[in-house]
Amino acid sequence: MKKVIGLLTAVGLMATPLVQASTVTVSGSTSVAHVMEVLAENYQNSANKNVEVQSTGSSAGIRAAKDGTSMLGMSSRNVKDNELTSDIKEVVIARDGIAAAVNNANPVKNLTQEQIAKIYRGEIKNWSEVGGEARPIVVVTREAGSGTRGAFEEIMKLQRTVNGHKVTAISPTAQVGNGNGMIKTIVANNPYAIGYISLGSVDDSLRAIDVDGVAASDTNIAAGDYKIARPFIVLMDKSAPDSAKQFIDYIMSNDGQSIVAAEGYIRVQ
Amino acid sequence: MDTATKIRTANIKIKPNKSFDPIGMAFHALFLCSAMVGVISVATIGWFVFQEGLPAFSEAGVVNLITGREWLPPALYGIFPMIVASLISTLGAVMIGVPIAILTAVFLAELAPKWLANIVRPAVELLAGIPSVVYGFFGLVIIVPAIETLFNIPAGNTVLAGIIVLAIMILPTVITISETSIRALPATYKEGALALGASHIYSIFKVLVPAAKSGILTGVALGIARAIGETMAIIMVMGNAPAMPGSLLEPARTLTANIAMEMAYATGIHASALYSTGIVLLAFIVLLNASLLYVNRTRA
Repeated sequence: MKKVIGLLTAVGLMATPLVQASTVTVSGSTSVAHVMEVLAENYQNSANKNVEVQSTGSSAGIRAAKDGTSMLGMSSRNVKDNELTSDIKEVVIARDGIAAAVNNANPVKNLTQEQIAKIYRGEIKNWSEVGGEARPIVVVTREAGSGTRGAFEEIMKLQRTVNGHKVTAISPTAQVGNGNGMIKTIVANNPYAIGYISLGSVDDSLRAIDVDGVAASDTNIAAGDYKIARPFIVLMDKSAPDSAKQFIDYIMSNDGQSIVAAEGYIRVQ
Repeated sequence: MDTATKIRTANIKIKPNKSFDPIGMAFHALFLCSAMVGVISVATIGWFVFQEGLPAFSEAGVVNLITGREWLPPALYGIFPMIVASLISTLGAVMIGVPIAILTAVFLAELAPKWLANIVRPAVELLAGIPSVVYGFFGLVIIVPAIETLFNIPAGNTVLAGIIVLAIMILPTVITISETSIRALPATYKEGALALGASHIYSIFKVLVPAAKSGILTGVALGIARAIGETMAIIMVMGNAPAMPGSLLEPARTLTANIAMEMAYATGIHASALYSTGIVLLAFIVLLNASLLYVNRTRA
């Protein structure tokens, strides 16, 4: 009997790595991880396969896919050429709008793209200049390197060149919050604040502002009318195991894309 | 005489006979290993941080990095505003927190009736166990709005908010160590002072507190180390703007906040610059501990 137990244990120990190998590992952008976790959970329930999602940031995700430290990498910004090798395949799994959000008590409903850019450059400092109360604007931004910030700067042309490097043009006196959640907390608690977050993260605690008279909505982004939008990308190395490929197939299937839409992002298929 | 010599030789003989003592040696090795864990950790951390941080030093230049006023990765990596923010917030926290803490320690050790001390002491110890993210949340919900109303400014996420949160956070460390060192004083100090006709309060401030100075200073140093190293709570209440703060009512970013906020997304020289921020932080801690050693040595 003891021998049988011992044998079973040995077999069990040998089988464990096999079980772990079928786990799909995904890491990268915190914005993409938000929807990826829901996709992973549904995939586990329907296909009974394990998916591990880690939110480490877009740059780290791209690196992870290249190094093979995780099977799939997530990025919420366009991947630069020098970050890619020919073995890496990019799949756009969804589109996301970035919402410029203000406190619910703020009377300002609409801003032009130019006005938002000026507010972030520190050229417009008071709400009265854009049709609001005569109170200073509390500008809230994400930390340097964040995918959302990168996409926002790129779309809003909030970039300048210093010493041959492209750097941010967002005023250094702007408050910085790390993560969508922190920006939301600051804006929701401060009637004079403006911040930008993933459209999928907007809820009742704050209000997305219209840009150039277009509401930040899925249909407007899909139609190309709302300008502050970006892709959600999953990266996969050629040598990634089949389990990873199957997971991507699931994301691109009707079921996967429905989840993407249900999470507030825009489906691509 | 004879017997005495015999016993003596017998006693002496025990040692040479036991020249090989495996259990003793095993324990000796165990103690040595335990003692080395800390040393090796510090050495590894130091080596690792320097290894990762040096590329930024050589790329951007040590002087540019430390005295630069603009943090614009990937072009400029000036951390001077963050050094200033770290020092100001720590200094402010010490100026508010330490007097309160020392008075609390004296109260607990000397003045408080037993029932009251039994309420205050557990409360202080509980304060030590509260995670910093909870302090941060407390600051965000209570202190930040309070500063907004009090000073009529649009955003309360300021250096002042950071100072207040840090001052509360260092209380338990300073109180506990100061109280222990006051209690550890020989009873004769107080008895002598009282016998000479000094009042209770006079003997506390002229005899007990000066006598417990080295212990209290250790507590203060640990408090400073906690304040300068605090990250999560500071990120939540100080606004984290990388610009030089013009006053206590403006947001600022500390060294620790800089590392924690940008590490997730940083690559290349930017990541290295964050490690060099860590080197600067490490240098401050070393400086702090060295000055504490110096102050306590001159006393002894």
